[in-house]
Amino acid sequence: MDYLVAETWSPYVAGAMIGLLNCIAIVISDSFIGCSSAFSSSSGMIEKLARGEAASQKPYYKKFVPSIDWGWMLVAGIAVGAFLSAWLSGSLHMECVPALWDERFGDSVSFRFTAAFIGGILVAIGARWAGGCTSGHGISGTLQLAASSWVAALCFFSGGIATALLLY
Amino acid sequence: MSLKIHSNKPVQLFFGFLIGIGFGFALQRGGVSDFNVIVNQLLFNDFTVVKIMLSAMLVGMVGVYLLRHFGLARLQPKPGSVGKTVVGGLIFGVGFALLGYCPGTVVAAAAYGKMDALFGGILGMLVGASIFAALYPRLATTILNKGSFGNRTLPEIFNICPWRVILVVEVLVLGLFVWLELNGM
Repeated sequence: MDYLVAETWSPYVAGAMIGLLNCIAIVISDSFIGCSSAFSSSSGMIEKLARGEAASQKPYYKKFVPSIDWGWMLVAGIAVGAFLSAWLSGSLHMECVPALWDERFGDSVSFRFTAAFIGGILVAIGARWAGGCTSGHGISGTLQLAASSWVAALCFFSGGIATALLLY
Repeated sequence: MSLKIHSNKPVQLFFGFLIGIGFGFALQRGGVSDFNVIVNQLLFNDFTVVKIMLSAMLVGMVGVYLLRHFGLARLQPKPGSVGKTVVGGLIFGVGFALLGYCPGTVVAAAAYGKMDALFGGILGMLVGASIFAALYPRLATTILNKGSFGNRTLPEIFNICPWRVILVVEVLVLGLFVWLELNGM
């Protein structure tokens, strides 16, 4: 019980749990954990709501049909799981500007939101471009020893490290 | 391999949701849905992200290859190319450092009160996914297929037994963990 409310878990325990979840997912759902496709599904469904059938005619949405699928439900579950974990450990609280950002760039909320927005655009473009993100390629792909995923993971971190060193 | 339950859509949606709950719980409790932890990893001040990703890989690698050996799992390596994987990966990396979250952790962080993840990150990602869908027809006929290396695994490319590769990776990563802990990182 104490473990359920502990503020943090050892990263090795949390990681091992994610590895086990991937094993369960492949057996019961024939799928590996990955998060970025849910964003394509969501944006496709939003475009369809806003612009009707014309949006479904886009070649990308014909290839990857936007719908509430396994990957979308996975991401919905992440929100619930993270909320539960934070609630049980007493870490629920609202924050607009992370401490490290504040130290470097100040406490302007609009500046932080704008930077996060631009970062979000690049993350989504990059993840769909490469065909996966830090979970789909970085964990699920590397554990299958997929060549593309090892290359992707190296590039995620090379780009991230170079940019972080320039920014901070 | 192809269980009957795989084609039951409502059950699959429920399974996806349950796996997601476990994943979100582990991300949050492992500390990796925190902006400061992620950016400090990119700055080499904190190794939580690497520890979580690599322990997930070590456990999942043995598990998935064992399950495959017993006919319970099917590998699904994604296709890659220089134009797709390297270029996309680097764009992702730039965004990763600026946003301070990735597609999974941005949702986890938003769910427990990080407003920059919600109003900056998730909105930006929805816009970015739309932009990519708009660019896709042009990219697909130009850059995405440049320098293709297919959807093969490393053992297939180098024609060696997967278990040998797994053994080497496990030993190297465990060695890295020991080194990180001995140096208080």
